[in-house]
Amino acid sequence: MIPRITQLRKQSTETIPSISAERAQLVTEVYQNPEYAGLSMPVKRAITFRHILNNKNICINPGELIVGERGPAPQACPTYPEICLHSIDDLDILRSRKKVPFDSDVKTHKIYTEQIIPFWEGKTVRDEMFRQLPDAWKEAYSAGVFTEFMEQRPPGHTVLDDKIYHKGMLDFIDEINSALQQYKQTGDQQKVEQLKGMKIAANAIIEFANRHADALEELAGSENDAARKMELQKMAQICRKVPANKPESFWEALQYYWFIHVGVITEVNPWDSFNPGRLDQHLLPFYQKDIAEGRLTKERAKELLQSFWVKFNNHPAPPKIGVTAKESNTYTDFALINLGGVKSDGSDAVNEMTYLLLDVIEEMRLLQPSSMVQVSKKNPDQYIRRFIEIIKTGYGQPSVFNTDAIIQEMLRVGKSIEDARNGGASGCVETGAFGKEAYILTGYFNIPKVLEITLNNGIDPRTGKMTGIETGNPMDFKSFDELMLAFEKQMNHFLGIKINGNNIIDRIYAKMLPVPFLSILISDCIQNGKDYHDGGARYNSSYIQGVGMGSISDELAALKYHVFEHKTISMQGMLVALKNDFMDYEEFRQKLLNETPKYGNDDDYADDLTRAVFEIYYKAIDGKPTERGGYHRVNLLPTTCHVYFGSVTGAMPDGRKAWTPLSEGISPAQGADRKGPTAVIKSAAKIDHVRTGGTLLNQKFTPSFLEDENGKTAVLHLIRSYFRLDGHHIQFNVVKAETLRKAQKEPGKYRDLIVRVAGYSDYFINLTDELQEEIILRTEQMNGSN
Amino acid sequence: MKAQNQELRTTKTRFDSAQRAYIQEINLKQVNKSATIFNIQRFSVHDGPGIRTTVFFKGCPLACWWCHNPEGRSSENEVINGNTIGTIVTVDELMQEILADRVFYEESGGGVTFSGGEPLAQASFVKAMLMKCKENNIHTAVDTSGYVSKASLRQVLPFTDLFLFDLKILDPVKHLKYTDVSNTEILDNLEYLFANNATVRIRIPVIPGITFTAENLDQIAAYLRKFEPHPEVNLLPFHRIGESKYNRYNIKYKMPVQKEPNHEEILKMSSGFRREGIPVKIGG
Repeated sequence: MIPRITQLRKQSTETIPSISAERAQLVTEVYQNPEYAGLSMPVKRAITFRHILNNKNICINPGELIVGERGPAPQACPTYPEICLHSIDDLDILRSRKKVPFDSDVKTHKIYTEQIIPFWEGKTVRDEMFRQLPDAWKEAYSAGVFTEFMEQRPPGHTVLDDKIYHKGMLDFIDEINSALQQYKQTGDQQKVEQLKGMKIAANAIIEFANRHADALEELAGSENDAARKMELQKMAQICRKVPANKPESFWEALQYYWFIHVGVITEVNPWDSFNPGRLDQHLLPFYQKDIAEGRLTKERAKELLQSFWVKFNNHPAPPKIGVTAKESNTYTDFALINLGGVKSDGSDAVNEMTYLLLDVIEEMRLLQPSSMVQVSKKNPDQYIRRFIEIIKTGYGQPSVFNTDAIIQEMLRVGKSIEDARNGGASGCVETGAFGKEAYILTGYFNIPKVLEITLNNGIDPRTGKMTGIETGNPMDFKSFDELMLAFEKQMNHFLGIKINGNNIIDRIYAKMLPVPFLSILISDCIQNGKDYHDGGARYNSSYIQGVGMGSISDELAALKYHVFEHKTISMQGMLVALKNDFMDYEEFRQKLLNETPKYGNDDDYADDLTRAVFEIYYKAIDGKPTERGGYHRVNLLPTTCHVYFGSVTGAMPDGRKAWTPLSEGISPAQGADRKGPTAVIKSAAKIDHVRTGGTLLNQKFTPSFLEDENGKTAVLHLIRSYFRLDGHHIQFNVVKAETLRKAQKEPGKYRDLIVRVAGYSDYFINLTDELQEEIILRTEQMNGSN
Repeated sequence: MKAQNQELRTTKTRFDSAQRAYIQEINLKQVNKSATIFNIQRFSVHDGPGIRTTVFFKGCPLACWWCHNPEGRSSENEVINGNTIGTIVTVDELMQEILADRVFYEESGGGVTFSGGEPLAQASFVKAMLMKCKENNIHTAVDTSGYVSKASLRQVLPFTDLFLFDLKILDPVKHLKYTDVSNTEILDNLEYLFANNATVRIRIPVIPGITFTAENLDQIAAYLRKFEPHPEVNLLPFHRIGESKYNRYNIKYKMPVQKEPNHEEILKMSSGFRREGIPVKIGG
C-alpha cells in the first residue's frame, strides 16, 4: 500500500467516532425560521438540505483524492433530530459505553440542551409514529414479536444504478423542468411542489461541489509540494465539473458518486446509507477509456479506488437513541458493493474491473464499504477462485450471491428482465432493482416467539400478559395438525398487526419527511412527480424479515416427534419442562437435543416443517399491498436480531434454554447440523428462495480447510451446487476459535480482527459479549466436525 | 425386486451391454443386501476427485500401527462406552444416503468412495453398491488395502472408476511387522489391477521412520516405474491421534511419538517419484 493510502486508512480506522451537532443546528435553523413555515414539505425539506450543504464545514483531508464528508471531519457523525432526538442521557451513554463509543464534547451537550432538545421534543417523526400506532402494535413490539426499522431511521434501502454516469445534475434539472411543466398544466400542485423540491436539491449538490472546488483552490494556493498542488488544482476542476455535468474520466466518476453518496446520507439517515451497486460495471468504460487515452495507469486507478474506499469507512452508522444506544453497537452502515453477475443483455459481467476491485478489497481490509460477489452460472470458475482467496483470509468478505436466483426473484414479482439483470442485493442480502426500486426493510419478525405464545394460548409467558389471541389450550390439541393450525392463526394475527403498522408508518414518512434529493436518483420519481417515500419509484417493496427458521423447525419437529408421535412426553409435561427452563429435565433436554430430527441434516422430517412454516409466513405477507402502492414481500435474515429475539423468548421444545440466541438466517440452530455442509445446503435449499427477497446462510470453515487446494475447490463447488438449487446467498466465516478467545482476552491486540456476523462483517472486539460467545460457539463446533 | 428391474429398464446408463447383462445376472441372484459400516462421511474432499460421500466399512484384515480408525478393525458391531459402533445397512438405505448429495457430485466431478476398514472384505455388497451407483451415473472409488482375494477384486473391477490403493511398505518383512500381514498378495493384486487397465491411485501414508523413509519411498518409486502409464501417487500426511481412542477399543497403540514432517520435508523425501516421472501429490 502506498504511504498516502496507509495514512488515510490509519486516519479512518484510528479516529474515535464522535457526535457532531452541526447538522442538528442547521436543520433546527430552517424549521425555526418563520419564513419557511408555510412551505410545502418537499420544498421545506429541500431548503433544509440546501441550508446544510451551504453551511456545513468543508473538510479536505491531507493526501486524499476523493473529497466530501458528511460531518465536519472523518468519523464525526451528525444527528437527525427531525427523525429521532437524542437526549442528554443518550449522549452520555454513547460516550461512555464500552464498545464503539461516540464521543461528544461539552459544546455539543450545550447545543443539545439549549437548542436542539427544546425545539424538537414531541415533534419528531418517531414521536408521531408512537402517537399513531395502535396499542396492539405496541404490545407486540414490546413483547419482542417484531422490531421496527423506521423508528430511528427512514426507509432508505436503495442502491444507485448507472444513471449518474450518463447524466449530470443539470440534465436531471432539465428532466425535472419538463415534468414540472407537464404537472403545472394538469394543475397537480402536490407534484409541482415535489418537483420544485427536487430542483432545489439538485442545485444544492452542485453548489456543495463548488464549495469544495473553492476550498481546493485555496489549498492549492498555499501548497508547497508541487505534485500535490497540481493534484489539488485537478480536484478543484473535477468538483466544478461533477456532479453538474456527466463524468468523462475514471476520477470524475468516483468523485461524482461520492458527492451523491454524501448528499443522500446528509438529507436523512437512510437505512444502509447508500451504495453505488454494480461498481465494476459502472467504472469499466471510464477505466478502459482513460487507459486507452494514456490518462490513467492501473496503479493510479487502484490508488483512486483506495482513496474512495476510505471515504466509506469514514462514515459510521449514525448512533442510536434509548435502549438501542445501549444495546446496538453496529458501526458499519451496510453499503454493499456488488461485483460480477450478468450484464443487462444477460451475458457474463465479470471484467478486469471486477478483479481490480477484488484486489482493492483484499488490500484495504476495511469494514466499510462491505462487498459482495454475484455469481451467475455464466461467470467463470477463475473468478470464484479469486474471491475464495480473499474469503480464506477470514475477513468475512466478500459474501456470495446467486445472480440467477436474484433475477428469478425479481421476475416473479413483475420487474423487467433488464431491471432484474442490472440489480443485485444490498444491505445484508436484500434483493432489489438498483436505481429503480424502494425496497424497504420494515422489521424483524420473531417466529419462535409466536410459537411460544401459541403454546400459552395467547399469553406471553415472559410478562404474563395476553399478547396474542386465544387459539386453544395446547393440552387439548388432539393432533400435531391442530397445533399447526393454532400457530398459523397466531402468526396471521401478529403479521396483520405488523403490516397495519407498516402502512401507518409509510404515510408518516410520506407526509413528514419527503426526500427530494434521493428522489432525483431513483427512477421514476421525477417522471411520476412523486417522492421516494411516497411510492415515486418504479418498484416499491416492503420486506418483513423472518428470524429463527432453524429454531422454529426444530421446535415443531420436537413437538411432533416427542409429544404427538412417539409420546415420549405429554404436552403438559413439555410445557412444565419449558416453564422450568428444563430445570430437573436435563435428561429430557438431552433427548430433545440429540434424539430429535433437526433442520440442517437433509432430513425431510424436520425440513418439511421448515417448508410448512415458510408457507405460513409467505401467505401472510406476500402481495399484501402497501400504502405507497407497492407490496409486502418476505425475506429471511437476522442481522443480529436473533440475539435480541432470543433474549425475550423462554425455553423452547428444541431444547434451547430461555433467553439464549435463536438460530440466525436460514442457518441451522447452533449445534443442530451434524452431517456437514452438503446436508446443510440441501436443507436450506428446500426453502423456496425464489419466492423471497433474500435469505441468509452462514457456513463456517477452519483456516486449515481452505489452506489446501482440495478445500478451496470444494468450496467453489459448494457454491455452484447451492446456487444450482436456487440458494440466494452464502457467506463464510474462516477463523479459529482460539484466535477469537485470544481477542476476547486482549481486545487491544485484535482491533482489526473482522468476522462475519450475519449478512455483514464487524470488528470482533466491538460485538456484544453475547454475540462474541455465539460466534465462538459456532466456530468451535465446526472445528470439531471438520 | 420388481421396482429395481423397473428402475433398470428406465434409467439411462452409461456402461456397455456386457456390464448391463452382468448387472441383471447379479440382480437375479439377490446377492448380499446388507453390510456393516461404521461411518458415512458426506463432503469428503480427500478421497478421490471432487466432493464425495465416503462410506466406511467395518472390518479390516490389517493392523497398521498408525491406524486412525481402530473402530474399523473388527467386523462386528461393538458397544463402546454405551455407544454402538457399527450399523447394518441395506443397499437401498445406503443408496438413498449417497444419492442425497448427487448435485454436489455433479458440480464437482465427485462421487462415492467405499473405504474402511477394508471395503472388499464385504465385496458382494460393495459390488451391488457400485452397480447401483453406475446405474445412477455416479463416479465410484474403492479405497483398498489390497489385502483381499482376487475374486473380490474381479467382482468390483468393472464398476470401479478409481482404485485408491494403499501401498505402505515395499519390504515384505517390514510390511508384516507394521501391518500384521505380508505384502505379497497386495502387490500381486496391484499388478492384477494394472494388467486389467484399472485406474489406480497409489496412497502412501506418511509415517516417519516406517513408511516415510528414503529407502521405502525409493523402492516404491522404482517398483511403480514399470507400470505404464505411471499411476499417480498421493502422500497422505499423518496426524497422531490420541491413545485414548485405542484404549477404548482395547488395542495397544504401538506408534512411537514422532515429529510430523512438514510439507517441505515431504516434498524433499518424495523426490524419487519425480525423478522416475511419477506424478506425486501431497494429500488425497
